[in-house]
Amino acid sequence: MALDKIGIAKRIAQEVKDGSYINLGIGIPTLVANYIPDNIEVVLQSENGLLGIGRFPYEEDVDADLINAGKQTITMLKGSALFSSAESFGMIRGGHVHLTILGAMEVSENGDIANWKIPGKMVKGMGGAMDLVASAENIIVAMQHKSRSGESKLLKECTLPITGIKCVKKVVSDLAVLEVLPEGGFKLLERAPGVSVEEIKEATAGKLIIKGDIPEMKID
Amino acid sequence: MINKVVSNAEEAVKDIKDNAVLMLGGFGLCGIPENCISALLKTGVKGLTCISNNAGVDDFGIGLMLKTRQVKKMISSYVGENAEFERQLLAGELEVDLIPQGTLAERIRAGGAGIPAFFTPAGYGTEVAEGKEIREFHGKKYLMEAWLQADFALVKAWKGDTAGNLIYKGTARNFNPMMAAAGKITIAEVEELVPVGELDPNYIHTPGIYVQRIFEGKNYEKRIEQRTVTPR
Repeated sequence: MALDKIGIAKRIAQEVKDGSYINLGIGIPTLVANYIPDNIEVVLQSENGLLGIGRFPYEEDVDADLINAGKQTITMLKGSALFSSAESFGMIRGGHVHLTILGAMEVSENGDIANWKIPGKMVKGMGGAMDLVASAENIIVAMQHKSRSGESKLLKECTLPITGIKCVKKVVSDLAVLEVLPEGGFKLLERAPGVSVEEIKEATAGKLIIKGDIPEMKID
Repeated sequence: MINKVVSNAEEAVKDIKDNAVLMLGGFGLCGIPENCISALLKTGVKGLTCISNNAGVDDFGIGLMLKTRQVKKMISSYVGENAEFERQLLAGELEVDLIPQGTLAERIRAGGAGIPAFFTPAGYGTEVAEGKEIREFHGKKYLMEAWLQADFALVKAWKGDTAGNLIYKGTARNFNPMMAAAGKITIAEVEELVPVGELDPNYIHTPGIYVQRIFEGKNYEKRIEQRTVTPR
């Protein structure tokens, strides 16, 4: 069965390495924070100027001056640091943030990502997405494998306006975990529980590379 | 000692003229110059270019100035929370320049720091790069972006002293420090204005050299866009 949003978040949480600094995008990526194992210590970066994002505050502790990049009220963990937006994107561009997890509308087989604009619809802006995908050394995308109308979102080339090129390293979808190879192509690493290789083939319009037996994801 | 203290927001913004270029601090509704925005609504100044990461919401922040049709152009990274903005944009009544957030922050920083242009990887290979100079450094492609400066920068801080030194609180810092440096005239509104000597110089975020006018604001609403809580 295809994974739900929480399943995708749980699988991505397994990719997180101890001691890393991470930026989580809005949506499924934000959920990843809930499933990082207790024995792993990471620092979450919020691009509006905070390292060390904590949980949501209790009602009586809500502080309008403390929000995340999704404009949600939050708390700070012990050891947090606050800084300006220029410093924040300096640490992103400078390669100090190890991992960026974000959503996508489309990903191409050479690692291009489109997630900011749909022609004909209201353009809301790219926010920090272009800076993040141009800079982080490791970029993992959380997404649905197919659109609601059943079309593949893992393509040979993106059809929507691009956010960044050749930047996505891994895709975790509701159907599969795939590595984007440097020479191009989606290498199938794992299947969602009960999802067949055939189903993934059918759902992937870009070049899909299948070698040997493809294991099922292990998700608690 | 130069006197930077003005009595209120109305006095601080009274010489902002039609078609001025403004910078307004804040991320979402966090750290926005609420008092200066209210004062600009009263002066009715028009044709403004507003450099601000966001455009407020329909009934708060810059959204209020959109409603009164005082804004000609927005230079922002994300403007998604505002229906009136969308209406004016689709009707061709408002110009919008969308810029990657880190590029926006750095262009403002560069404006205040005397760096006319710089190279960034953000936007390479996208429509943002169209018409811009591309250069390769160490095997990676970058595009050239120019500084941003403003006639007036309107910033909001937590504490300030009569010399214009500022301290911000929490994530309300965001774009405020860079804007303070990039305004020809920088107006700082603070929650608490204290005499010089009361702020510890070790903890100043914005040195007073960047601030030309300062006043203690009043009635801060500090509206919250997404009130998220942990249940007890």
